[in-house]
Amino acid sequence: MRKRARHARAVVAPDDGQELAIQTHGLTKAYGELVAVDNLNLSIRAGEIFGLLGPNGAGKTTTILMLLGLSEPTRGRAEVVGFDPTRQPLEVKRRVGYLPDDVGFYAELTGRQNMRYTAALNGIERRAANEKIGQLLEQVGLADAADRRVEQYSRGMRQRLGMADALVKDPAVMILDEPTASIDPAGVTDVLALIRALARDNGVTVLLSSHLLHQVHQVCDRVAIFNAGRILAQGQMAQLAEELAGDQLELEVGLDGPADQVEAALRSVRGVVEVHRDVRDPSLWHVTGPQAIRDHLAVDLAARGMSVRHLRRVGDELDEIYLRYFSRDEGDRGHAA
Amino acid sequence: MATPPDALVLADPIPARPAPPRPPRSGWRVVAAKEFGDGILSVRLFILIALLGLAAIGAIYSTASYVGTNAQAATGATGLFVLLFSHSDPTSQVPSFAALIGLLGPLLGIAFGFDAINGERSERTLPRLIAQPIHRDAVIVGKFAAGLGVIGLVLLAITLLVSGVAFIVLGVSPSPDDVARLAAWFVVALAYLGFWLAFAMLCSVAVRRAATSALAAIALWIVLTIFAALLVGIVASYLAPVPTSATTDQQIANAQLQLDLARVSPGTLYSEAAAYLLDPTVQTVGIVPVDQQTNSRAIPSILPLDQSLLLAWPQVVALLGLTVVCFGLGYVAFMRQEVRA
Repeated sequence: MRKRARHARAVVAPDDGQELAIQTHGLTKAYGELVAVDNLNLSIRAGEIFGLLGPNGAGKTTTILMLLGLSEPTRGRAEVVGFDPTRQPLEVKRRVGYLPDDVGFYAELTGRQNMRYTAALNGIERRAANEKIGQLLEQVGLADAADRRVEQYSRGMRQRLGMADALVKDPAVMILDEPTASIDPAGVTDVLALIRALARDNGVTVLLSSHLLHQVHQVCDRVAIFNAGRILAQGQMAQLAEELAGDQLELEVGLDGPADQVEAALRSVRGVVEVHRDVRDPSLWHVTGPQAIRDHLAVDLAARGMSVRHLRRVGDELDEIYLRYFSRDEGDRGHAA
Repeated sequence: MATPPDALVLADPIPARPAPPRPPRSGWRVVAAKEFGDGILSVRLFILIALLGLAAIGAIYSTASYVGTNAQAATGATGLFVLLFSHSDPTSQVPSFAALIGLLGPLLGIAFGFDAINGERSERTLPRLIAQPIHRDAVIVGKFAAGLGVIGLVLLAITLLVSGVAFIVLGVSPSPDDVARLAAWFVVALAYLGFWLAFAMLCSVAVRRAATSALAAIALWIVLTIFAALLVGIVASYLAPVPTSATTDQQIANAQLQLDLARVSPGTLYSEAAAYLLDPTVQTVGIVPVDQQTNSRAIPSILPLDQSLLLAWPQVVALLGLTVVCFGLGYVAFMRQEVRA
């Protein structure tokens, strides 16, 4: 019962008087029997970078297409920059820049020509467009390659061109679908830094989707964890970790010494409920107990003549949070079945 | 002062945003302008101009030399110039210019339509394109308009080229009536090529791979060009059999049925309309019994253009109808398709 209650709390809209750029109410998309997005309630504040996280096939792209008015929801509704994408798609598309998953460009045109086409489709007057395009190409670091055909671009360059392209219309909201997919690790860092810089410099609200958690946590203000069309949790990363752990805390402690002595010492710490050795690294121990043990564990061990070499709270790492959410989701459904 | 890497973007004030630019009133024109530019600069355009241009010059040269050797008989005949486009040397295998367009023209329509939509899908530009503030139908309407524009340009270029050759070889200059007939034929030919463009675009919506879509369109072209007569004959002899002891009525019924069935094909409609428009002496393309051909009871005469137009009208309307139906099917299919594959 408690788990259910926590679920409910996690999806309540933040009610702090901030302007919302995107919100959805019970948004649902079903393809026949298959429910791709199930009763989605999202709220994204103006100016924040919001991460939609989940494995492939979780319904992220379907959600994005509904937010853009490119796909019609089966039930529920969305509001993007104050407009309903189903009823006023053009108003939404005027104000929202979109970088699709694995973005494509006309290979036989140059980067600049591709962007000019986008500008023309947005009704931007030619001279203003040229100026804006030059400035954006500079911003994304493609000024030198601007007049080369896109077929000569690398994947990373295409991704950056895609971001510049999404910004041509000077959007209030930018939706980036898997912006880091299929880019090499060095490129990923560049792209993420770019997203952050662009969001800041242009004052844009960003919604980005990813299946790779550790890559995007550096840029996201808040995230929603998404699986099988449902939101499992949404909020700040730290808050999610807190919620998941509940009253119990698991610490990873690095201690040297004979195993039996170390174990005895750890068990003697006030409040400790469980102690076990790390399966991979024999010098690491996992200690579970109430939140308070964090404050006195090191002191207690020092009093017994043991110095703590390493202390880490398990569950802070994003991938761990991610995996735990998924295992809990599986568990919930297991019970239901 | 450097900003700590984990600071919230929320901390920054959001600059006031000017109203977004007004989207283009007719998005299809922007799409059409881009597609037209692509088409004009494409390699396929040069291949098709070269192919059709050479074939057309061959056709007109063959006709012109035939007419030249029979110049005595042709003396005093009006509308000689348009006859160069509609007649061929009966002793050679070379078709007339109008027949050539009927035969090879579909290739032009197919070439500029077979990858219209699935090309955008395979290049992954479609989601980005329809995420711009244009209606979705602007994409397919713009592409059709641009394709028709490019095809019209090719057809015009070839017609002018051929006219020039005819002028130089024979020294015959066109009369205003000739020009008007050619213009009327041009519109009909464009509608015929428009049908093939619409059909190829329908294939490009329905079939994911561009190569398969091209193959589907070419398959219909070949079936209608080569096997249509055969199929029509088989179906007609089943529905209106002609036994060895057939009466004239039975023979006529069979022939009429064949003709009606053949008229389902846009190629037949085009060639009938072209025959009326490019030859002022043609009064019917229907069935004429042999005795009436040799010992004609009809007064041989030269029809004015408006009469020829009247004769060609049913074919022209049917051709436009087929084109509209084809385009409509592609349009509806495209509008109902999901963005993602």
